Amino acid sequence: MKILKMPKQNLDLFVSVLPAFGEVYAPVKRGKGFAFDKPSLWSDVQMKYTRTILPPKKLMLPPRETTIAFDPVEGFQDQLAMASKPMVLFGVHPYDIYGLNILDRVFAQSKYPDPYYIARRKNTAIIGMDFEPDDKHFAGSMNSDFVDSGFDLFLSDIGDDYLVLVGTSRGDDIVVMSGCLMQTPGEADFAAYKRRSKDRRASYKTKLEMEDLPEIMEMEYHSKAWEDIGNRCLSCGSCSMACPTCYCFDINDEVELGSRKGQRIRSWDSCLFKTHALVAGGENFREERSSRIKFRYYHKQRGFVAEYGRPSCIGCGRCVEVCPAEINIISVIETIRGERDGIASSAPKSV
Amino acid sequence: MELQAVHQNPSEKTENPYLPHMARIVRIHRMVPDNYLFQLRFVDDNVLQNWEHRPGQFVELSVIGTGEAPISISSAPTRKGILELCIRRAGRVTSALYKLPTNAMVGIRGPYGNGFPVEEMEGNDLLIIAGGLGMAPLRSLLWYALDNREKFGTVTLMYGARNPADMLFREELLSLADVEDFNCLLTVDRDPTGTWKQHVGLLPTLFKKATFDPSRTYAAVVGPPIVYKFVLAELLKLNFRKDRILMSLERRMKCGVGKCGHCSVGYKYTCIHGPVFTYWDAINLPEIV
Ligand SMILES: Cc1cc2nc3c(=O)[nH]c(=O)nc-3n(C[C@H](O)[C@H](O)[C@H](O)COP(=O)(O)OP(=O)(O)OC[C@H]3O[C@@H](n4cnc5c(N)ncnc54)[C@H](O)[C@@H]3O)c2cc1C
Ligand code: SF4
Ligand code: SF4
Ligand code: FES
Repeated sequence: MKILKMPKQNLDLFVSVLPAFGEVYAPVKRGKGFAFDKPSLWSDVQMKYTRTILPPKKLMLPPRETTIAFDPVEGFQDQLAMASKPMVLFGVHPYDIYGLNILDRVFAQSKYPDPYYIARRKNTAIIGMDFEPDDKHFAGSMNSDFVDSGFDLFLSDIGDDYLVLVGTSRGDDIVVMSGCLMQTPGEADFAAYKRRSKDRRASYKTKLEMEDLPEIMEMEYHSKAWEDIGNRCLSCGSCSMACPTCYCFDINDEVELGSRKGQRIRSWDSCLFKTHALVAGGENFREERSSRIKFRYYHKQRGFVAEYGRPSCIGCGRCVEVCPAEINIISVIETIRGERDGIASSAPKSV
Repeated sequence: MELQAVHQNPSEKTENPYLPHMARIVRIHRMVPDNYLFQLRFVDDNVLQNWEHRPGQFVELSVIGTGEAPISISSAPTRKGILELCIRRAGRVTSALYKLPTNAMVGIRGPYGNGFPVEEMEGNDLLIIAGGLGMAPLRSLLWYALDNREKFGTVTLMYGARNPADMLFREELLSLADVEDFNCLLTVDRDPTGTWKQHVGLLPTLFKKATFDPSRTYAAVVGPPIVYKFVLAELLKLNFRKDRILMSLERRMKCGVGKCGHCSVGYKYTCIHGPVFTYWDAINLPEIV
């Protein structure tokens, strides 16, 4: 892989070439948190953010999108052109890049590739950036705090400079267009990188034992703990909306008034909503709240392992941050592992 | 690595699995009140010629201006040209379909799902067990077996409906009752007309009317939960192998292509890993029955 370095004072010049590659989205302040959005001024961009409220998934699988237009005469027309607008996503943390790589497995590398997702993914340049974990990140335990693919460029802070990994030929085009902002790194830069990377790994306040979790989850399928968690959960769906690897969606047809013309819309959905598994005749396969929240955990930590060889959780901590009932994934897993007693809501043991 | 895979061949256009093909309603058979058979023909000749499916697969049917619903294919792959769907009026989409006249257009995408493992079943005896509307997907398998009769050992159908008026494909099945080399056992829970010449009694009572060699028989069972409960008990009593009992599951479905998450059961998506599961799968997946 091509590795370069860029003095930090060159960043402003560097980002000025990005609009040539698409509409730029970067982390900016939004209320008390952060969001990937179009910055009005580059000085609004937060180089040290904890996590965005919504993950980059919102740009690849928008909360609501028109997939198909229909008309009783013309039939069905796909609306793919709307998904082909080039974008640059700047400042993505490694676990979020990993999250997109996981979505790729479902939406791009599966039996029925999803053309809308693929169009956005192909047309989006990803510029990654390293981060300092807070008490809710546990990416270190989920093998997702380092990525070797899924980005065009990746910037790591090594003091006065960024070490720049060039991941794709488009990444290289960005480097070339930015002129002479980059230099060749030397021994000292690599040493600084290694030191910082080691410090970061050591700085995780939250760790989770993931070995054999799928087997333990099998054993604990009927554990009473799920009932306790279900009793607290409000089924609000916030955790799945905020999760970079939750991708359930709904499909609905919206008809223009007084005609049979309209659009097929897909929109985010959640397995925590009561109607998720409801079928004709009124049978609901997950009527109980506890069965729904249990399902979310099983799908991420157990089902995904069976299907794709790893859990789909990447340890971003968003679900912990958004849950109004203070349900904490780390405490839930510790409870299931038998490493703590009682209800999985209070602060996790390892913090 | 992943991203590069996505970036390969940017000019290559992926087929859009969400885009329905237009099909014309050629004929509507009002088989049973609230359960009609719709015969469809694709408008695009290319689609018509290239259409292939397996018994047990399903399509997503679009009623333009209303929405989509997953429906099993009732016709056999051996009978090309017309796609037959046996559809119960259950809600929004199906009610809108019932309002459409002959020659109206609908959208079809698919076929989806794994279907029955017919290659694996060939060379063995076949026992098809249908309860109520379960006949809709099993009719495709039945005709596949009858049209490829030489590939199977004995072929037996056991079908139970509440009363003769509720029996799907009644005339067709009655016409098969005397066919040689096919054991067609039809039963109704009760016969208010008094004119029913086949069996009367609950579906499991048909087990007394036939003999099986479980070591060389595949059983395909589709019906409401109560049917599974009693039929599975009978099959296990007869020592059928758990991985040779095949069942088709219904879950809520939206996309049909393993993305939207609605059809999940335990760790699997019914739309791609199913809808046909073996009994062995069923007892190893949480929340399957
Ligand atoms: C693999 C498979 C094969 C199938 N094969 C057949 C077949 O061959 N023939 C057949 O007739 N049917 C078949 N079905 C069932 C069929 O798909 C449903 O009956 C159909 O989806 C009903 O669609 P609808 O729009 O008419 O009903 P809907 O309007 O979707 O209503 C059906 C029911 O769903 C519930 N519901 C739906 N949406 C909501 C909501 N937003 N909020 C609350 N409740 C809701 C309600 O309980 C309602 O009664 C199959 C299903 C599957 C999964
Ligand atoms: S489950 Fe929670 S911590 Fe894991 S990826 Fe999703 S939001 Fe992040
Ligand atoms: S955010 Fe919390 S309360 Fe809301 S659905 Fe998720 S676990 Fe339940
Ligand atoms: S119906 Fe969407 S995943 Fe199966």
